[in-house]
Amino acid sequence: MVFYLIGPVIWQLITSLKPNAILTSLPPVLPEKVVFTHYVSVFTERPFARIILNSFIVATSTTVYCLAIGVLSAFAISIFDIKGKALFLGLVLSISMFPPIATVSPLYLLIRALGIRDTYLALIFPYATFALPLSIWVLSSFISEIPKELYKAARVDGCTPLQALWKVLFPLAAPGVFTCAILVFIFAWNEFLYALTFTTTVQSRTIPVAIALFPGLHEVPWGEMAAASIIVTAPLVILVFVFQKRIISGLTAGSVKG
Amino acid sequence: MESRFGYLLIIPALLTIAVVAIYPIIDVFILSLYERFLTLGIDEFTGLNNYLKLVNDARFWNALKNTAVFTFFSVSLELILGMAVALFINRPFSLQGLIRAAVLLPWAVPTVVSAKIWAWIFNTDLGILNYALLNFGLIDADLNWLGSTGYAMAAAITVDVWKTTPFAALLLLAGLQVIPDDLYKAASVDGASRWQKFRHITIPHLKPVIMIVLLFRTLDAFRVFDAIYILTGGGPANSTETLSVYAYKILFQTLDFGYGSTIAVSVFAAVMLISIGYISILKRRGGLLS
Repeated sequence: MVFYLIGPVIWQLITSLKPNAILTSLPPVLPEKVVFTHYVSVFTERPFARIILNSFIVATSTTVYCLAIGVLSAFAISIFDIKGKALFLGLVLSISMFPPIATVSPLYLLIRALGIRDTYLALIFPYATFALPLSIWVLSSFISEIPKELYKAARVDGCTPLQALWKVLFPLAAPGVFTCAILVFIFAWNEFLYALTFTTTVQSRTIPVAIALFPGLHEVPWGEMAAASIIVTAPLVILVFVFQKRIISGLTAGSVKG
Repeated sequence: MESRFGYLLIIPALLTIAVVAIYPIIDVFILSLYERFLTLGIDEFTGLNNYLKLVNDARFWNALKNTAVFTFFSVSLELILGMAVALFINRPFSLQGLIRAAVLLPWAVPTVVSAKIWAWIFNTDLGILNYALLNFGLIDADLNWLGSTGYAMAAAITVDVWKTTPFAALLLLAGLQVIPDDLYKAASVDGASRWQKFRHITIPHLKPVIMIVLLFRTLDAFRVFDAIYILTGGGPANSTETLSVYAYKILFQTLDFGYGSTIAVSVFAAVMLISIGYISILKRRGGLLS
């Protein structure tokens, strides 16, 4: 079972370290000598450093923006008994069901009209919006565990509402916020359809688009593609290994109650 | 209690949703009533013409059929395999952390990358799959996995199953862990077999979680784009073309925004019908979507 789950990735890793001469030879021998030529050429012959930077900026900004508006909403739902809470949650839930293909043509026209094609903004706003349901879901499952009395006590002690949220409740919600940040970051890092549609220049692409549109002069550059795949997957593997418990608790938050 | 302040807090989220989600979903309906080609400068209101075209479009019905086949087999296999993985992990043993991380790995790999990884495995001449099958004597000649109508859909389903079984497994595992141990102990005392315990304790307790897994996975599989676009581009001969892929091609390769939007609306309508169906089942069962 473990072999089935990680085998394909290991195979890609081995491919990325093979010199071109034996890349296509079968039986699939292990390389006698590990070479990093594919990793080097990804950076020297393609603008891969720029592309990684794009992905990093987009994913980070998305995470910050999405969590900022998500935390505020989760506070509003869990701490303040706002009327229309069910309506708001229903709206958020239905957003999560929107198929990306159904919003891509109007968003494309909007982005073109605003003149922000090929900019980070064209990706950050859609990503943050469609990651918002997941964030609100996960965050409110964490925040609803915080006793409301803490907020009232802080208010009695003379905090303004904002101070009470920021200084008293936010630190308690931090583990949930962190968990949520990992999930949103991974979503934004991996997204493909919007990135494919809203970027037109090589310089503005994100990693999934760059890998999808990997050009080969004569033949498919399997070695470089494998190297690029490993580079984009590596940060995620590290996240998964270090934070697996948090990721699992975030993914299953709210869907299972005892 | 200070509910006015509470409303202030949801304003940023509401504004964002209004501009980036609600406006586009309304606009896509409007676009679907127009004949609109971006490059040709054609922009004309044609009413329901595009919908008439849709119901008479054989390629649309083919894409709908492909989407349904893909969704049915992917989700069924993910549920079965996810259950197997969850039952396997749900026991105390050493290296559990390592196994859990291994389970998460395919989930974390970007879909684009997993499609490329599998495209390399499926490669006709150089792929490791054909090599292995030939060596084990299971096939006589290399199979053209991605290039023949018989196998391409199976290949696409394989990629999706590999990528999303972990998600199903994790939700099911979380469900397994809240089933009280006493139930199994009592059943053992009464002499229940393993299968009987699974059938009469595990499955009934897991039902709400199974429904949620089915809901999430069905919605996701029905919207599938990345995996198929990368792996086969919808080919060969449109045999793997799903609704999202078809809509994308009409929108951004033909630049026919009117008809492309009509196909996109059909995806939206189908997804909404599916979720209403699931949610009404969940509600009738007193399920957990609160």
